[in-house]
Amino acid sequence: MFKRSVTLVIFLLFCSFFFSGNGFASSSDSEEFKPGDVILHHVLDDHIWHFWDGSFGTLYLPVIVYSEERGLDVFSSHNFYDQDHNVIPYNGYILDHGHIALENSEATVWDFSITKNVAFLFLNAALMLLIFLNVAKGYRKNEGGPPRGIQSFFEPIIIFIRDEVVKPNIGPKYERFLPYLLTLFFFIWFGNLLGLLPGAANLTGNIAVTLVLAVITFVLTTVSGNKNYWGHIFNTPGVPVVLKPIIVPVEIIGMFTKPISLMVRLFVAITAGHIVILSLISLSFVFHSFSVGILSSLIVVFINLIEILVATIQAYVFTMFSSLYIGMAVEEHH
Amino acid sequence: MELLTPGTGLIFWQAITFLAVVFILGRFAWRPIIGSLKAREDSIEDALKAAELAKEEMKLLQADNEKLLQEARKERDEILREAQNASNRIRSEAKEQAEQSSARILDDARREILQQKEKALAEMKGMVATLSIDIAEKVLGKELQDKKSQENLVDDLLKETKIH
Repeated sequence: MFKRSVTLVIFLLFCSFFFSGNGFASSSDSEEFKPGDVILHHVLDDHIWHFWDGSFGTLYLPVIVYSEERGLDVFSSHNFYDQDHNVIPYNGYILDHGHIALENSEATVWDFSITKNVAFLFLNAALMLLIFLNVAKGYRKNEGGPPRGIQSFFEPIIIFIRDEVVKPNIGPKYERFLPYLLTLFFFIWFGNLLGLLPGAANLTGNIAVTLVLAVITFVLTTVSGNKNYWGHIFNTPGVPVVLKPIIVPVEIIGMFTKPISLMVRLFVAITAGHIVILSLISLSFVFHSFSVGILSSLIVVFINLIEILVATIQAYVFTMFSSLYIGMAVEEHH
Repeated sequence: MELLTPGTGLIFWQAITFLAVVFILGRFAWRPIIGSLKAREDSIEDALKAAELAKEEMKLLQADNEKLLQEARKERDEILREAQNASNRIRSEAKEQAEQSSARILDDARREILQQKEKALAEMKGMVATLSIDIAEKVLGKELQDKKSQENLVDDLLKETKIH
């Protein structure tokens, strides 16, 4: 069974590689293939969702912009492209490397467009709602009974997060933070796994997304910090008075480095994984060789398996450290 | 939208969407799920505790039973022993009595026999005396020629007079 599925995955990867080969071929004929540009294009956010070249391969997402000069404007990103997929100005707006600006003004344009990542974020959120409302329904319907179906798949994971991640790190007051941390874990996990699918956006490998998650953890930590926590920062126990001018700034910086490390770790781990996979796929186009393609595809399969592991580990690590930071804030004097 | 500069739009949507998901799931998914899990764990714990309690009670009951059984056994042994003693006593008493009465009977019998013997001896003495007198009369009365006929006569007479 396992052997067969591995064979299937390899076969599908070969197929995708050949198809994408066709897609790239048109551009590599006219101009030189630049793997850096291609990879960055795949990793970054975009106003369109590009699946494949040609007809119906691109989903044009809505653009929502606000500027003091022009007010709120909503239109399709299709307007920025002509028939040959060249970027053109539209209605006084210009799209320059993903940034929307006004054609003849320096005023800031606030871009609230439903970009590829935002659309993917909605998908991720919808999937989470669908799954966990269903799981909750299972508990309501089957009260007191053993878990069934999807419920029995997620129950051990929920219990693991509660008993192995949240409870030991936060302590007796863990229940207040459990909804946030469970949502956090599943949001990152689902985002990581969905991001590995072909055509998917690099949601959890986007620094804006990890920034928001880290900021929420930071706010929760700061708001729920008790006397003990603040005492630890501004009057670190066990430190001689002479050293306090050094230790206190370090502790204050530490308050901020914790969420920053959360933000950077997840962003780097996921983006790096995507870059590695895309680089390996690009190899065959750099060398113009099928045999390199076969070899790199085999390696890509292996890296993909590792990425599935990384997706889970990163979700676990983010949740674990968030619990740890919150736990430090609510910890009673010991 | 560069790699390291977070886009404002994405920050905005991410914050709104994520907080909405936290709120909705917290209210309609996590709370019932965690509540049910807790209820189930509590019920399992209660059941385990009840089972433990029942086991202990059973053990206690078993010990009680054992004690009762032991007591019953002891009592039975005592009863048996008493019965044995009683029977032994009765038997020895009966034996003694029997011995006593048999000795008495024997004694009586012996005395009776002695009496009878003496009586008979006395009677016989009388009878022997009369007989001797009769024989002597007859011997003397009949004239005898020879010694032989005398002896025959004595023999005959003796035959006639069987001593009873």
